[in-house]
Amino acid sequence: MEVELLDIRQHMGGFPPFDMIDDDLLDEVAGQIEVAYFKAGSDILVYDQEIHHLCYIRSGAVEVYRRNGDLYNWLDEGDIFGHFGLMRNNRVRFPVRAMEDTLIYFIPEVLFEKLCESNDNFADFVELERPRLQATIEEQKKNNDMMITRVRKLVSRYPLIVAASTTVQEAAHQLTESQVSAVLVVDSMNDAPRYIYRDSEARPWQVRGILTDSDFRGRVVAKGLPPETPVGEIIGDRLIVIQSDESVYEAMLTMLRNNVHHLPVMHRLSPIGIVHLSDIIRYETNSSFYLVSNIFSQVNAAGMARLAPDVRAAFVSMVDEGADSRMVGSALSTIGRSFTRRLLELAEESLGPPPVAYCFMALGSLARDEQSIVTDQDNALVLADDFDPDEHDAYFAALAGIVSDGLNTCGYPYCKGDIMATNRQWRQPLSVWKQYFNDWLNDPTPERLLNSSIFFDLDAIYGDSLLVEELQELIAEKAAKKPLFLAAMALNALNRTPPLGIFRTFVLEQDGKKNNSINLKRRGIAPMVDLIRVHALACGSRAQNSFDRLDDIDQTQLLAPGVSDNLRHAFEFLSMSRYRHQVIDIKQERPPDNNIEPENVSDSERHHLKDSFQILDYAQKFLRFRFPMPAE
Amino acid sequence: MALFAKAAAPDWPQYLAQRAATARDARLARFFAAGTIAPDTPINEAPLVALDMETTGLDPQRHAIVSIGLVPFTLNRIALAQRRYWVVRPLRPLSDESVAFHHITHADIAQAPIIDAILAELLEALAGRLVVVHFRHIERPFLNTTLQALLGEGIQFPVIDTMSIEARRYRQSIWARFRRWIRRPPVSIRLHNSRMRYGLPAYQGHHALTDALATAELLQAQIARHFPADVPIGSLWR
Repeated sequence: MEVELLDIRQHMGGFPPFDMIDDDLLDEVAGQIEVAYFKAGSDILVYDQEIHHLCYIRSGAVEVYRRNGDLYNWLDEGDIFGHFGLMRNNRVRFPVRAMEDTLIYFIPEVLFEKLCESNDNFADFVELERPRLQATIEEQKKNNDMMITRVRKLVSRYPLIVAASTTVQEAAHQLTESQVSAVLVVDSMNDAPRYIYRDSEARPWQVRGILTDSDFRGRVVAKGLPPETPVGEIIGDRLIVIQSDESVYEAMLTMLRNNVHHLPVMHRLSPIGIVHLSDIIRYETNSSFYLVSNIFSQVNAAGMARLAPDVRAAFVSMVDEGADSRMVGSALSTIGRSFTRRLLELAEESLGPPPVAYCFMALGSLARDEQSIVTDQDNALVLADDFDPDEHDAYFAALAGIVSDGLNTCGYPYCKGDIMATNRQWRQPLSVWKQYFNDWLNDPTPERLLNSSIFFDLDAIYGDSLLVEELQELIAEKAAKKPLFLAAMALNALNRTPPLGIFRTFVLEQDGKKNNSINLKRRGIAPMVDLIRVHALACGSRAQNSFDRLDDIDQTQLLAPGVSDNLRHAFEFLSMSRYRHQVIDIKQERPPDNNIEPENVSDSERHHLKDSFQILDYAQKFLRFRFPMPAE
Repeated sequence: MALFAKAAAPDWPQYLAQRAATARDARLARFFAAGTIAPDTPINEAPLVALDMETTGLDPQRHAIVSIGLVPFTLNRIALAQRRYWVVRPLRPLSDESVAFHHITHADIAQAPIIDAILAELLEALAGRLVVVHFRHIERPFLNTTLQALLGEGIQFPVIDTMSIEARRYRQSIWARFRRWIRRPPVSIRLHNSRMRYGLPAYQGHHALTDALATAELLQAQIARHFPADVPIGSLWR
């Protein structure tokens, strides 16, 4: 009698890569495993021993070492090891020791090979260096809101319905009256109707087809048919529909596949509405659009401040609906820019027109289009060179004051480092700004650049954008030729390092120290931004957004193949992880921050965070090597 | 050697040899003839087999075996591929309470063979291996009583009892006496609770095969924590 080892199968089926394996094969694996217990501190695999099993951690935790004894990795429940050895001469490359009392399931080599052969995902998982993060990011991309939102959400009205005997003229008249572009055509019941419409007296009709605006052109006028022609004679015999619980994405695909612009939406057998391609397009661009137009209709800072809950709501729904970090970051940045712009418009209304041309400049995350819901204001003013401090500065000081105070009211607190246009140092004509940048570029020391890296993410928000573009130009042209500057920037980019990962209920540092929470911005996102910036400056990129910068870096040979993709995935995951935890904070009615608490971290998130930190760690090591301090 | 001179353990090699010579049933004779390993064999060299039975109650005279699970193993590896599992039809009818407990239904049992039909396979799987159970007053007495009724001759063999290893550690130690003295409840030595102490995962209990696997893992853990890997089996068997 064959017994399902249900408990074992279900456990393995819950962790990658076994979650991609079908049940029959998983049963076979569960039935063939060997089990062994290892006391904390005992060796599980020693270097160079022969290996003929893939090892799966059922419970406990292990440490993986390099040959030289350095800690390489730690793994716990649901993780696998030994696959590198299996694929390379059946010798253990990385010794493994139990950190806790550990139960290991050993999967025989023949089954390991069978798993690799029968399932590409499994093979990718064990063969590629760090594929699970990538797989997850790609999965999330597909899962944006179009994937999750049901198509019924787009249905705003009941469909217009006419009988097949209606004349085309009458049908056209009804379409015009109702201001819609399509009508469903119903006919008396036949034996096996596919879709059924019940009229107001509950009489059933079969749904025969759809008649759209363009049919009047193509099927009536072009064919020279008279206005009295019954619609039943001109409609096509195929009816493409979508069920109301399908995703918006599926609706879009159905339209593309069948080359139709209208889709009747069915609840089981009955029509509940018609969606048009434009409904889908409008839906996709909807939410932050509304918010931005609302910002511009406000007449004072207090009115704008009242929109703060809407900003949070838009943020929460974007994250919940599966938007990726670029969508969230750019939506929040668009909102941030809109606040700033509207405040400047209002300031100009009250102060009068500016005496000389100026550009209000965003710095840091706003310039990179990577804002989060927790952000302070970083901005500056670049003034035209005919600026005369004695004559004009009072105006711009007042302008900066209005904007800065307004932003503070709207939920963008003052910058603690005083990098704001209200600070006279950062309210200067273009020539002075050029001097600042030339000083940083020509005479760099890590100390001088320590607080200046934020100025290397810069973008125009309002005013004469040429003023800021000249600065972007200057940086892009000169930075790549300044090895000392790049080395100083690189050195500063290494100031903040990632932890090893999150383990059970604590954050495990590289040196084995344990902490209770982690500031994801400081320990993940900011160091990642810093290191991408150094590479971008080194290749003369003008991009500000980190993903755009990586695209530019890809055009060069600065990074080994695959590295920039790893960085993209890690950056995406870290950014989304921060957004998700800010959403948790908001939902639990706590002020959102950049910290994540280990108890709020799911198993898979824990794994992906670890992978992301490791990618960052490697990238930092490479940065140090790539941009060494030139000899004196 | 003092270790296996314990009064509780009979001289198993001698007993098995004697039964091999006198058993009437051929299957039993083969089982006894396979004998057992020498008492001074280190545990990490001994072929073991974890055995678990689900029964309709605790009294071999009144209750019956309904399923048998076993997993051969050594101290280094438990070989699930060699696992065996049988549902058997008891000679007495099944009470409703025990059905609820084991999830083995009347219908399952009605179609199952009586133990006589699987006895050869069962004894072959046990032969030459040292049996490991959790709580030794079930499997051996039930099998003995069943075979007495069926064949007119019983069966005995050495077992390692993981529950009594737990009891010695957690019920008879100074620490356990101290707990009694301060009126703390004794620690549980049931299979599930014992496993928790070694960081072993919680398995779905009350399935003879799962419990056999759970027992095998528990012995690996107990030896790793409390004994040298080469402790002679004669000091552990009962």
